[in-house]
Amino acid sequence: MGAVSTTAPARSHEGTPDPNENYLKATRGIASWLFTLDHKRIGIMYLVLVLIAFGLGGTFALLVRLELFTRGKTLMDADMYNRMFTLHGVVMVFLFIIPSIPAALGNFILPIQLGAKDVAFPRLNLMSLYIYAFGACFAVYSMVDGAVDTGWTFYTPYSTSTNSAVIPMVLGAFIMGFSSILTGVNFLVTVHKLRAPGQTWTRLSLFTWALYATSIIQVLATPVLAITLLLLTMERFLGLGIFDPKLGGDPVLFQHFFWFYSHPAVYIMIVPGMGIVNELLSTFSRRAIVGYMFVAMSSLGLALLGFLVWGHHLFVSGMSEYATMVFSALTFLVAIPSGVKVFNWVATLWKGSIRLDSPMLYALSFIFLFTIGGLTGLFLGVLAIDVHLHDTYFVVAHFHYVMVGGTVMGFVGGLHYWWPKITGKLYNEKMAKFAWFFVFIGFNVTFIAQFIMGSRGMPRRYYDYLPEYESFHRISTMGSWLLAFGFLTMALMFVQSLRNGKKSSRNPWGSAALEWQTATPPPLANFVKVPTITRGPYDYHLATEEELSET
Amino acid sequence: MSAEASSAVADDAHGDHGHDDHGHDHPKFLAHHFDTPIQQFESAKLGMWTFLVQELLFFSGLFVAYGVFRSWYPEAFSGASHELNKVMGAGNTIVLLFSSWTAAMAVRATQLGQKKQTSLFLLVTIACAFIFLGVKYFEYGAKFHEGLLPGKYFGHAFTAAGIFPESTFPTNLEPSEHLPAHASSYFSLYFMMTGVHALHIIVGIGVLIWIWRRNESGEFSKEYFTPVDIAALYWHLVDLVWIYLFPLLYLID
Amino acid sequence: MTIEPNYQLPQQLSTGAAEVDDLYMFVYWFSVIFTAIIVGVMLYSIVKFRRRPGVKAAPVGHNLKLEVAWTVIPLFFIVFLFHYGFKVYVHNAVAQEGALEIRVRAQKWRWEFEYPTGMRVNSEVKIPVNKPVKFVISSEDVLHSFFVPGARAKKDAVPGMYSNVWFTPNTKGPMQVFCAEYCGTSHSGMLATINVVDDAEFQKFLKEGEGPEPGEDPVAWGKRLYTKNACNTCHSIDGSKSPGPTWKGIWGRPESFVDGSTGKVDENYVRESILKPQAKIVSTFVTTQMPPYTISDKQIDAIIAYMKTL
Repeated sequence: MGAVSTTAPARSHEGTPDPNENYLKATRGIASWLFTLDHKRIGIMYLVLVLIAFGLGGTFALLVRLELFTRGKTLMDADMYNRMFTLHGVVMVFLFIIPSIPAALGNFILPIQLGAKDVAFPRLNLMSLYIYAFGACFAVYSMVDGAVDTGWTFYTPYSTSTNSAVIPMVLGAFIMGFSSILTGVNFLVTVHKLRAPGQTWTRLSLFTWALYATSIIQVLATPVLAITLLLLTMERFLGLGIFDPKLGGDPVLFQHFFWFYSHPAVYIMIVPGMGIVNELLSTFSRRAIVGYMFVAMSSLGLALLGFLVWGHHLFVSGMSEYATMVFSALTFLVAIPSGVKVFNWVATLWKGSIRLDSPMLYALSFIFLFTIGGLTGLFLGVLAIDVHLHDTYFVVAHFHYVMVGGTVMGFVGGLHYWWPKITGKLYNEKMAKFAWFFVFIGFNVTFIAQFIMGSRGMPRRYYDYLPEYESFHRISTMGSWLLAFGFLTMALMFVQSLRNGKKSSRNPWGSAALEWQTATPPPLANFVKVPTITRGPYDYHLATEEELSET
Repeated sequence: MSAEASSAVADDAHGDHGHDDHGHDHPKFLAHHFDTPIQQFESAKLGMWTFLVQELLFFSGLFVAYGVFRSWYPEAFSGASHELNKVMGAGNTIVLLFSSWTAAMAVRATQLGQKKQTSLFLLVTIACAFIFLGVKYFEYGAKFHEGLLPGKYFGHAFTAAGIFPESTFPTNLEPSEHLPAHASSYFSLYFMMTGVHALHIIVGIGVLIWIWRRNESGEFSKEYFTPVDIAALYWHLVDLVWIYLFPLLYLID
Repeated sequence: MTIEPNYQLPQQLSTGAAEVDDLYMFVYWFSVIFTAIIVGVMLYSIVKFRRRPGVKAAPVGHNLKLEVAWTVIPLFFIVFLFHYGFKVYVHNAVAQEGALEIRVRAQKWRWEFEYPTGMRVNSEVKIPVNKPVKFVISSEDVLHSFFVPGARAKKDAVPGMYSNVWFTPNTKGPMQVFCAEYCGTSHSGMLATINVVDDAEFQKFLKEGEGPEPGEDPVAWGKRLYTKNACNTCHSIDGSKSPGPTWKGIWGRPESFVDGSTGKVDENYVRESILKPQAKIVSTFVTTQMPPYTISDKQIDAIIAYMKTL
């Protein structure tokens, strides 16, 4: 009987788990999960936690939209409402979206796509998971202790003077930041050092490139958030005087510090989603991604340029005109790599061999919704227009289009795509398409209304509003119900799959990518024999019929 | 590229799992997801360097804040920095520089297979760290008694009874008898920067003690000195940060 | 006559608004066309190139020319857009010579305006039509933001700093002002109105100050002031819980205060509470966030008259 193994896969000596065994069965018992070093199990545990976070953040969103269904008080008073939108933001940004693709899906898939047995530092990986969970506990504690009403951006001096439970929430985000940093370090080293023989940089999957670029951002940007949150905590606790004008400080300095991280952070959110789109488009068009090198480099380009544009959040903050000009120009530049990706994706579809399986629906939705989200970013980059649109619902709609229409579509598409690989089971395809339909329609109804009311002047973070905005709010709220229905159906579908889903073949989608060439679910050591790579993951013309077989 | 070459070798050497027929087994220190010791070593080094880059960015936020406030209140900064004891600061600088040398010597000793020397150098490094903290304790104590404290406590001297009596300064935005206006901003940054640095020293002490214990139990050798190497790297960063802190805080004029 | 350019944008109530709207619509139509092309090609592809047995996807070659083209052409476009946008911004950013300067003080949760004569008003400010006005903005506490959609104007109100925004109103009538930077409980209640009137009426107002409407009795005026001076953001009139003591039944009510003293709500108490709110804080409200008001005695009398009816 296997002793509980706490080391990474060994050779099959007596009493150690068999590295060729299905990773779900190789060891048993709750301790084998809690103390695992297997990146696949760690990925699954992250997945469970981020999905819980998504449900929690989504519930806050539904409550916010419900309150806004009518003018004045609908369900709650203003103070409670302010906490609701703050918690929605904090939970969605720090507990859900930042870890979602890299830590949940990336952890599972990256080593396999590299032909490696695990990530470079499996124990660090497990520690990252626990650090994340620990930080999340602080956030939950804050929620229970009166919650926070500052907005997820914690602008000073409001955040340094309000009575709500700011410090535990901020400390929670601080701690979770370390999880993000360590995951970034782990992935960077893994990509550099643990590639299988023959796995040259130009044979890497674009998802790998995306995770690599994301890891660079995570490592460079997150520490700046960490110090910002530490300074904020000390400002509250000791009256440090860095951000409070009454003590000689500057509130705008906080904004600079905060956005220096938080703008690159949005690229941590979107780049992995873009990475997944590459995988989906290639598999479901049965074609290599057009412009591979350009797409790979554009991920790095976004990582770099993302650090140069933080000032566009401060256009009306009282910054100098010169600074606004520089940031506006740089903000436009960041549109170029995104555009490069969209064009290459569309070119991949052209003359492909396309099948509209459910993951593909999410990939196509991503392209459409991200295009809209990205273009509305152009509006906001134009100084004269941003003066009008800043802090209105237009901005709220813009970032939901890129973060939900972009990242969440990518995450969900990836979850559908790799679900058989992770669980060994299939889900109900009809139900998946049904759920997609409601997610797609619900999302657009919710947020198009917000673009229009925003450009018509409706400010954000408003508990109450003037009568002329009521119909927009109602439409948006009803859209949120459709969106929620879509996600709930999807959740039900996945639960049913776990319970009695059909067993999946090794390569249900007929993909040429490396992760589909090993067993489904994978063995503990990912590969029975360390592969020697002779082609890229999208080289359908070089893959054998056996490799592409869906049965 | 070494990773690939060594992986190729590993593929031949280990083949499938199962008992190896090759005489050279997976050494005990080699984690099972790595194919060769060199791959593991290079990964650890790359990982630590990446982590150090991140640490630099963490401190950089404080340096930026320092830069901003010093440009706004230059007289406050030069005036307030006179309150610091240059001798103690310089002494601490020498202590840390020396400890970086002993840390590097510890790595060298491990690479030469000299277990006893390794432990000795590690212990001296740890001792230096404690000396540093001790000096800082005295410096902080002096500040507390003079009321040169961060934030809202500025101007309130901390007495042995642990209480803050009435402020000895009018407000922290106005000048006092011997300090210019906005000196409190300087002290806020002084405490943040040296405090965060001291936290890193404390973590470093913990890491070095752990490494010392592992060395004592015979874990390290000529073939395997990676943990000593990367622990020393971390220690060098902590020293480097102080090299910048010292002139910026103590030697403004 | 006011022009509403289209469904997406508010009325153009300043001379600079049309320029901004043209720029907006330019970006909008570009976006629509761009999206339509992308979606069009996508939809066409998923129909025309759907998977068919025996039909393989076309091989992917290298098309460097295409890659460079769709990298460089957007670059030209954004350079143009930046230039166009920057011109409009600069044009609207620097206040005209001789603009009427109005000092704006933002505080949780009301806007106070001060005229060059020193007269201060709350929540409603009168300015003359077709003359440039420059708002010099600051905050007394946390961040706020002075947002006038009709003028496409916005600037943050920052404590410890002055910022400014200017425009020339071109239409008589009200212009909505919102607070556009989250500032706590009544962030959405922190509204104001800019009343654009002809010059003669404006000059008259400057001389005579603020008074009741013709024929308005003190109680009615007091009721109007309750909203205008943003008392409503903190004091309910129906007994429900609010950040400040409810005004329902307030007149003559005995109160006990944080410093242990007690008193009754009479004329002196009301006057003191408005001008110096820190002086007596009702004990159940421990701390106060009420800003001091600089309003005329006539206004205080009207508010008292209104309070007596509650």
